[in-house]
Parts: sequence; structure tokens; C-alpha cells
Amino acid sequence: MNPESLPSVFINACIVNNFVLSMFLGICPFLGVSNKRGTAVRMGIAVTFVMLVCSVCTYGINIVLDSVGAPYLKLICYIVVIASAVQLVEMVIKKYSPALFRALGIFLPLITTNCAILALAMFQTQKEYNFIQCIVYAVGAGAGYTLALIIMAGMREKLELADVPDVAQGAAITLILAGILSLAFMGFAGLGS
Amino acid sequence: MSVEKKGPSSWDVLFAGFWRENPVFVMLLGACPTLAVTNNVINCFAMGISVLFVLVMSGILISLLRNFIPKQVRIASFIVVIATFVTIVDYVIPTISLDLYDSLGAFIQLIVVNCIILGRAEACASRNGVGRAILDAIGMGVGFTIALLCLGVVREVLGNGTLLMNTPYEISLFGANFEPWSIMILPPGGFFVLGMELLVINWFRKRKEARALATAKA
Repeated sequence: MNPESLPSVFINACIVNNFVLSMFLGICPFLGVSNKRGTAVRMGIAVTFVMLVCSVCTYGINIVLDSVGAPYLKLICYIVVIASAVQLVEMVIKKYSPALFRALGIFLPLITTNCAILALAMFQTQKEYNFIQCIVYAVGAGAGYTLALIIMAGMREKLELADVPDVAQGAAITLILAGILSLAFMGFAGLGS
Repeated sequence: MSVEKKGPSSWDVLFAGFWRENPVFVMLLGACPTLAVTNNVINCFAMGISVLFVLVMSGILISLLRNFIPKQVRIASFIVVIATFVTIVDYVIPTISLDLYDSLGAFIQLIVVNCIILGRAEACASRNGVGRAILDAIGMGVGFTIALLCLGVVREVLGNGTLLMNTPYEISLFGANFEPWSIMILPPGGFFVLGMELLVINWFRKRKEARALATAKA
């Protein structure tokens, strides 16, 4: 049992230990999808939703695996559950909201290999959160992910008008931008602990 | 089936990953562990070797099973194979060094979702024989390790003034009066160093292209 209070869990997951900027999780989609603010928001929401589903599933898996005494199967179970959860979310969205499904496009299946999701499952196990804390942690991490994506997308939209040297075009300038953003987020260290 | 039947030779397959098709610098895959564990050299070695091991083992197994795995469920099957080998690594590393295990943290388990491994499984191992899959896996694994070391050396030298810290072979480079540039071993340093290295590589490539163009014209 972890005695951490719920607001503290949320602030920690969302800002202080931001998944993208201070823990380097989910960098690939962070670099790939943060061109436009619209897609960034949608991707953020999709990730948050999958995180929430996976967080609940992980909590269940842990109880089952602990009762049968097979903790070494954790990793395999998590990844299989994440893959099927993503598939499930995809099918549900396709059925009930084809518009949102089209808008998310390729990002949805790619969430399976987003390391932020698997890391969330592992961290919540490591920190021994209870059920409510797990849910708050997942929402906080998702909110932090969305926040980072939106800030980055805003900066990159401005960057299109800027005169970037030829050699720094593309990934190089994006990474340097991310570095500055990460530097800014370091200012929150110590908050909420 | 035979390894050398038209197309690139075995050596080409092996060396492509080292630099020309380096997974990190050229293809920008596996950026998360690249940024996260490169704050000292020994972590880079450990991470590189773990990924190399998982790449080779899963490459062999997937290549052997490639005719038995139905197309529709191949990604899921690949992930289960990869997760199995990652679990092995996850149990072996703490028996070698607990400190190393602590400093790599969750990133050992996160090798499962490293896109390099799944990417090579899909692009190479599931379509080629065992020999070629092994060569390709070794090439990519070594390329990944080289990329990690490129970042790790810069970050550790600037951020801590040492090489191979936390090992018996620690070398202090600048003497006692060195003021470490600690931002380099913190998260922003990872972004900065990778950004700068991509910039330098881009610069070299542009220059080479310009030269090739000039010789073509002449």
C-alpha cells in the first residue's frame, strides 16, 4: 500500500515526472505526431484512454498472477493485454464513432508499441498503488502526455515560420526544442512531494 | 532460402546496421531508451548488449517459426516471442550487477516495446532464413550500441568529467578542479546531445551530397 494522496499522485504523474519530458517515454509518437495541434490533442486523448483501460487491466492481472504465484509472467501478460486492449478500443471506436476512428487513423494501432503504456503498467505495480490511485495515476500520466504533445505542437507550428538553418531541419531542431521544453519542466522538480 | 542469392551480400547485411542504416541516427527508431539510459557509458554497454541479445534470439526464433505463424496474428506472436527473451534478460541482469539493474530501471523491461526489435522482426526475420536474420540482428544490435555509446560518451564526459563511472576502471579526465556540466546527465541533456549529433550527421551528409553533385557536373 502506498500512502501517497490522490492530488499528489496526479501532479507527480502529470507534471513533475512528466512521462515524455522527464522520463523519456513515448518519444517516437511525441516526435512523429506533434506537427499539428489538432492531431496532437486527438493522439493525447487516445493515449489517455488506452492508459486508463490498461491501468485497470494491469491491476486485475497483478491480483491473478500473485494468487497463482507466477510473477515472471507479468511482462508477457501486460504486453498481450495492452495489445488486445488497443484492438478492443479500436473496434469500439470504429463501431460507435467512425468520425473519430478516421481522425485517429494509424495512431491508434501504434499505441501498442508506445512505451509510455507499458511503463505505466510497470510503475503502478512497482509503487503498489491501490485501485483508486491507479486510476488517478493513469489519468495524470495521460494528461501529462497530452500536455507535452500540445505544447510541442504549438512550438512546432511557430517553428514553421522561423528561419531554421538547413542542416538543423527536421529531427535535429525538434529534439533541441524538446530539450529546452524538458529544461523548463525541470523547474517543477520537488513539487507535490 | 539460401543466404547468398542475388540482392545484398551477407557482409552488406551485417554492416548496413553499423552506420549506413543505423537504427538510431538514420531511422530514428528506439529513441526512448537512447535518450533515457545514456547518462553514463556503462549503462550504454549494458543496454546495447541486452538489446543485441534480444534481437538475435528473437530473430532466430521468429525466422524458424516464420512458416508456422499465421499472417493475421504475426505482430502479436512476435511480441510474445520478444517479451519472453526480455523476461530472461530482466532476470539475468540483477544476478550480474544489482547497481546496473537499478540504474537501468524500467528500461530493461521496456525493451519489449523497442521499435527496432519489432521492426527487424517484421522487416527481416519473418521473411528470411536463419543465417540472414542473425546477421541482420547482429548488425542492427551493434549499430544501436554504437549509437548509444556516441551519446553516452559525450554526456558522461561533459556531465561528470569521467569515463566508465561506477566501475573499477573509472577514469577521471579533467582532474579535481573540473566543474561538471550537470545538465548533460539530466533529461534535457539527452535531447540536446541527440539533437546536436543528428545535426552534425546531417551536415556531413549534405556536404557529401553537394560534393557528389559537383563531381557529377564536372
